[in-house]
Amino acid sequence: MSAEGGTAGYIQHHLTNLVVCADSAKVDGVCTGFWSFHLDTLLVSGILGLVVFGFMALMASKATSGVPSGGQNFVEMVVGLVDQQVRDTFHGKSALVTPLAITIFVWVFVMNAMDLIPVDFLPVALQAATGNHELPFKFVPTTDPNLTFGMSITVFFIMIWMNLKVKGLGGYLHEIFTAPFGAKLAPVNFIFRVVEDIAKPISLALRLFGNMYAGEMVFILIALLGLYQLPLALPWALFHILIITLQAFVFMMLTVVYMSMAAESH
Amino acid sequence: MNINATLIGQAIWFGFFIWITMKYVWPPLQKAMADRQAQIADGLAAAERGKHEQELAAKRSADALREAKEKSSDLIAQAEKRAQQIVEEAKGTAKVEADKVVAGAKAEIDQEVERAKQALRERVAELAVAGAEKILRKEINASAHADMLVALKQDL
Repeated sequence: MSAEGGTAGYIQHHLTNLVVCADSAKVDGVCTGFWSFHLDTLLVSGILGLVVFGFMALMASKATSGVPSGGQNFVEMVVGLVDQQVRDTFHGKSALVTPLAITIFVWVFVMNAMDLIPVDFLPVALQAATGNHELPFKFVPTTDPNLTFGMSITVFFIMIWMNLKVKGLGGYLHEIFTAPFGAKLAPVNFIFRVVEDIAKPISLALRLFGNMYAGEMVFILIALLGLYQLPLALPWALFHILIITLQAFVFMMLTVVYMSMAAESH
Repeated sequence: MNINATLIGQAIWFGFFIWITMKYVWPPLQKAMADRQAQIADGLAAAERGKHEQELAAKRSADALREAKEKSSDLIAQAEKRAQQIVEEAKGTAKVEADKVVAGAKAEIDQEVERAKQALRERVAELAVAGAEKILRKEINASAHADMLVALKQDL
């Protein structure tokens, strides 16, 4: 707990991203424009993704149909769990949906799991390593809406692509203008459809962001208690394991549901 | 909550990881899992088949055992019959032999009797002659029987 700036400063510091941008994009010397990047989010999510997907690809490359190794067994267990959910929900044929669901579940899970590392461990270690004691660095990428929106908008575009692929452009447009009230109420159908589809990525992104941001906030507040944080941080961390898994699962599950809706004609 | 170009970077990361999963993680794992499932199904089917075959073999062996028992009891009955037959035959032969021995003995006894009779007959004649001689010695004298002796001389 750094004393500078008091409690509000401590909290503020923990909720600040490490931002970089070109000098030309700076406003009053601060990166507030669109063309700035949260280096911490990009680095942590990228490194975590490279590690877990690299590990999974390594295990998959050595996969055998005989007795599996411990690592292969573990990966198969996770992948099998996701695959089962996809089988139960998505009835079309697609080579993309299961890998997409696996990617979401595993990636969101590991990024959320960064929340379980006590809030000051990694930032303080990084500050000591760089010598810059004011260096902001958020270690939980899912508390950054840029990440959750980046994912949900990607899912949104895949959803539209799936619609076009399964129904064709004509079929998709027909569905947009005629479901659910028929051709006579085409404008109403269209507005309904736009609201429905826009709501999907927004709800996906905000649900994950909101849950993780709130969880992180509680960790920060508990950390403010000094010595008394010990009996509180553990139960909250244990409880948070549930949230971490649940949010990863919900994001994956909703994506599969959206894909399934896209692949079925009304 | 400030949205900026990080979003684009994250979308690129996301797409990259989807690509990795789609190309390098899911297909080999899916194949391995499907193959293992097939292997397990085959193994279970083989076990079922083996069990069935074992049942059949047990039935076959029971059949063979029963057949062998029947055959052996048949053989025993046959052998007993044969033994009885042999005993009967032996009895018959023995009787015939005994009869033959008895007949031989009888014939010998008869012969002996005949011979004894013969001997006795001879002895009787001798005794008769001896008795006659004694009588004759007492009764006979030349004078009394001269006529007869003369007659004998003349016959000679």
